[in-house]
Amino acid sequence: MTATEGTTTDGTTTDGTAATDMTIEGTTTDSGAPTTGASAARPSLEPRSDRVTVAPVRLAGGGPAHYVRAVRVIWLREVLRFAGDRTRIVSGLIQPFLFLFVLGTGLSRVVAHTNGVDYRTFLFPGVVALSVLFTAVFSGISIVWDREFGFLREMLVAPVRRSAIVVGKCLGGATTASLQGIVLLAIGGLVGVPYQPVLLLGLFGLMLLTSFAITALGLVLAARVKTIQAAMPLVQMALAPMMFLSGALYPIGNLPTWLQILTRINPVTYAVEAMRALVFSYLTIDSATRATLDPGVTWDGWRVPGGLDVVLVVVLSLVMLTGACLLFRKAE
Amino acid sequence: MAVETSEVSPHDPGGPRPGSPPDRDAAVSLRGLRKRYGNLDAVAGIDLDVQMGETFGFLGPNGAGKSTTIKILCTIVEPTGGAAVVAGHDVLRERNAVRRSIGLVFQETTLDDYLTAAQNLRFHADLYGVPKRDAVARAQGLLEMVGLADRRDSKVGTFSGGMKRRLEIARGLLHSPRVLFLDEPTVGLDPVSRATVWKYVDELRRAEGITVFLTTHYLDEAERCDRIAIMAQGRIVALDTPDALKAAVGADRVRLTATDPVAAATALSTRFDVEATTGADGALTFHVVDGERFLPRLLVELGVPITSVSVTRPTLDDVFFARTGSTISDADSVPAGPPRMRRPR
Repeated sequence: MTATEGTTTDGTTTDGTAATDMTIEGTTTDSGAPTTGASAARPSLEPRSDRVTVAPVRLAGGGPAHYVRAVRVIWLREVLRFAGDRTRIVSGLIQPFLFLFVLGTGLSRVVAHTNGVDYRTFLFPGVVALSVLFTAVFSGISIVWDREFGFLREMLVAPVRRSAIVVGKCLGGATTASLQGIVLLAIGGLVGVPYQPVLLLGLFGLMLLTSFAITALGLVLAARVKTIQAAMPLVQMALAPMMFLSGALYPIGNLPTWLQILTRINPVTYAVEAMRALVFSYLTIDSATRATLDPGVTWDGWRVPGGLDVVLVVVLSLVMLTGACLLFRKAE
Repeated sequence: MAVETSEVSPHDPGGPRPGSPPDRDAAVSLRGLRKRYGNLDAVAGIDLDVQMGETFGFLGPNGAGKSTTIKILCTIVEPTGGAAVVAGHDVLRERNAVRRSIGLVFQETTLDDYLTAAQNLRFHADLYGVPKRDAVARAQGLLEMVGLADRRDSKVGTFSGGMKRRLEIARGLLHSPRVLFLDEPTVGLDPVSRATVWKYVDELRRAEGITVFLTTHYLDEAERCDRIAIMAQGRIVALDTPDALKAAVGADRVRLTATDPVAAATALSTRFDVEATTGADGALTFHVVDGERFLPRLLVELGVPITSVSVTRPTLDDVFFARTGSTISDADSVPAGPPRMRRPR
């Protein structure tokens, strides 16, 4: 990228900025400047050199290289901020453990019909999906924080397409969520998930895809939210149904009709199903047990074939991306 | 559109002729610019040309339409009507070209507190497409200019308000804009930081020939501009150099306190044919031509005991008063909402 962009020194300048160097006289040469007393008291606030020369720049902007660069830096910001936020990392790590070992172990005492399969093995793909869901929704909704603290405006007044901002945000959300998910993949063996490279890679891919889609969904939800206070209940309102109606915690085979319908509307269901099908294809269990625990998603009796669930998650992310771009088209 | 001008007569506000085409060579050119929020005309028809290299100020109380106008010029808000051209680009049709040509420093900070100063600048350079090999040197030079070079790797959250504002100015200049918009650049800053911010703005005008377009409701800041437009209720009520505006007012302001203000006001009215206004503190204020010569006569002939008296040369506040009938601070005291609240939409 470095080699291809920004090399238009002569031809395509975007404006007629004077090519002369910019020279600034330092404070020490200023006679009778009103701030000399203050500069003595706060020396670090004043220029250190007597003359500072800053060459004006010419913008190369507009092309695909600029677009990629903008996406990249917005992604990078998400990653940097995540890496600097220990609370978020720790809470993101603890949550899946709670689900898997506390909820999983507790419920496995009362859950019947697992035919010898550890309930926690069943739960594992669900927990992977939920972990990604929580982190990614927060990444998307964090745009409300950006708005509240003003940084959103810095992005929205920049000469880049809205989609660059939205895609960068979603990639950032996907990256941070999947990084946390890696920890889960590492402990899968404790609950009977085999360490098969293809399985782990597949799960990682599904995590990336799911978190991308969910971040976009979070952006759409947050697009019109102006305050952090309003964002918190929104997070709760969005997360609870997506979690409980996803089949992450229970098989979605023989459910009452109303619950059947609600789970099928929830996009997270398809992400969970894709992950669970992948995990179960690596378990050595008989087909009857699999049919109970991993019945697949059915639409009015028609079984959604493997692969279509992944396609549906892709469609979801595209729809949400488009929606977010449209919603953020107006800056304020 | 021609009807507009009648309201501010006898003073012609001094802008370009309404209805003429926008000046594409100007830094900023507005014709009949309007913005309506519901039933409120935030901007009620502005005609204005700001030339390249000029330092231009919008002076007026909160809610006069200054910030809304700047937001239109920055392509954040779409106008309801009229034309706006910035650095030769139409704010509606050539949005990205406008954005590349302008630098922005808003009232509210728009930095990321969790990133370092250098990271904030890098973010900006990437978003604006500043060539990579130039971006680092330019960022470093600007950090030195605003005296933050030794803090380049500190998180912005650890900065004081004044430091943040200076970093924002550096960032606003990173992509070599032709027009720098400063929306209330010194609001909430202590006097030292205010002076420092102004020092950089002055240096910039000298060094880079940049056009500076600012809004303020501080009179002393408006004095620093080449030209100012006084805004009230979405309109430009006066447009000229600060000196010319003050000269046009002519009269000096006399402020007088007396043991019996009512009697003093009556005496002023009957003996000198001067109508004084009574302030909240009981002081009387009135305007006379050549106040220093008027003073001896006043002391001798008023006939009511005077406890104090002062004469002030015209200020921009007097200009504002002459054109709108109220002072800027009075107009400001209309509640403008809690500081963190955003303007409507």
